[in-house]
Amino acid sequence: MPHDLSKEVPLIQTSVEAAMPRRKFLAYAGLSAGALLFAASCKKETSQDPSLTSNVNSLGGGKDGGKAVVSLGSGDIGILNYAYALEQLEAAFYTRALQTPYAGISDKEMEYLSDVRDHEIAHREWFKNVLGDDRIGGLIVNFSSINFDSRDSVLGTAKALEDVGVSAYNGAGELLQSATYLLFAGKIVSVEARHAAALRDMLNYGSFADSTAVDMNGLDLVRTPAEVLAIASGFISTKIISKDLPTS
Amino acid sequence: MNFSNIIEEIEKVDPEVYEKLNGRRSAMKNFLNFSGKVTAAALPVAIGGMFNKAYAGSPTSTITDVLNFALTLEYIEWEFYKQVVASGIIPSAAAIGALTTIRDHEAEHVALLTSVITSLGATPVYFTAASFDYTAKGTFPTVFTDYGVLLAVAQTFEDTGVRAYKGQAGNLISSNEILRAALQIHSVEARHAAHVREMRRRYGALVPPGVLLQPWITLNQSGIATPAVDASYAGEELTNQAGVNVVGINGFAITAEDASEAFDEPLTKEQVVSIVTPFFA
Repeated sequence: MPHDLSKEVPLIQTSVEAAMPRRKFLAYAGLSAGALLFAASCKKETSQDPSLTSNVNSLGGGKDGGKAVVSLGSGDIGILNYAYALEQLEAAFYTRALQTPYAGISDKEMEYLSDVRDHEIAHREWFKNVLGDDRIGGLIVNFSSINFDSRDSVLGTAKALEDVGVSAYNGAGELLQSATYLLFAGKIVSVEARHAAALRDMLNYGSFADSTAVDMNGLDLVRTPAEVLAIASGFISTKIISKDLPTS
Repeated sequence: MNFSNIIEEIEKVDPEVYEKLNGRRSAMKNFLNFSGKVTAAALPVAIGGMFNKAYAGSPTSTITDVLNFALTLEYIEWEFYKQVVASGIIPSAAAIGALTTIRDHEAEHVALLTSVITSLGATPVYFTAASFDYTAKGTFPTVFTDYGVLLAVAQTFEDTGVRAYKGQAGNLISSNEILRAALQIHSVEARHAAHVREMRRRYGALVPPGVLLQPWITLNQSGIATPAVDASYAGEELTNQAGVNVVGINGFAITAEDASEAFDEPLTKEQVVSIVTPFFA
């Protein structure tokens, strides 16, 4: 549904995450079955290297302040943190883009971009709550390559981020051990694909699933975490350590 | 890449590789012959499927059942879009282009799923145009003569397809390659759905008054002025995910509409079968 900009969302300029009151994942009494049991039993397997931890330069307050370095961790938690990092980037991008929309933005473009922003914020906050104490901190974004006054720059970046997001979730599914988490990844990736198609159509109507997105077998893009993080690093100053992520 | 050589290499360390892969050496050779017809990009999926079957202890019957279910849905879509593109009522070149793109993707999905199922030693389902009744037993009598109805049926197929694949992902978790391919098809169906919804927004017909049709699904609204498609949208209004209430999450102004749009919901096989059964002749 459309939103006007009076619907303010919290934003800290240098940090993707606002320091919100955080409720712990396990505090959600309604959560049952696999997700809860897994989260309860699965503390982050790779404790951070103490020397690394001591070197972390926290630029913001508390757990969610902008971090110079974060480690995604291992196992399913690592993959969820990987998704959380991407959602932080996407949400920060749209929030910034709509703070000062490009000149001549149409009502429909405002409607769609506002919705996409809200979906990405919902994803980001959902991952934050599900991960609880296992979550990475706030990432520091770097949007210096984006001209937020330019429609082409904003929509072109948005399209790229959404296509990358789709490919990331498509590649991450097989890295998850939990069918419950796989389902949630599936619930999100199709929304990212809807975003990607909508943004492609905004830039070039009819390009929703052209040959740059879908191959000769009718298959969408797929990327490994390493491939995705290499692309995302162009927009993220925080060093993201992904060495402990599962590879199969 | 020479896949015969790969099998022979494995045979050196595991003499029973042929038996593990397909039960019979001749069947294995049949696969290798068949594989010549599969496009190069499809081969890793097919090969990967075999190895998972053999070495990961995957319940192959479950996987091939899922793939045949998916193949059935792809046939419904492919035969539909073939008739759509040939209907003569598509009003613009852009629309013809988009519907042709979608048709061709569905054809590719049919070919890919057929090849993978065959490679797993199972029999792929097969349908023709005569297998289907796109009026759904008279519910949509003008499906190929009224463009608004045509698009409404297309949207319902796409949104239902997304939900169907999502509901089966967990059944494919034991095979990385097959799960990956299913997810890659799943997001393509979502791209289709988003575009058809955009086509309907621009065309305007059969959109209920007061509904703003968007590329994403709001609550359980179909955006189609008939209750005949409601089953394809039931449950999409969910705003609580894994026990986390997404409405107003952590103080952010996320409405129920936003929260429902941000997460697409699965359908069970039984729900999907119920939805598509009227479309079989």
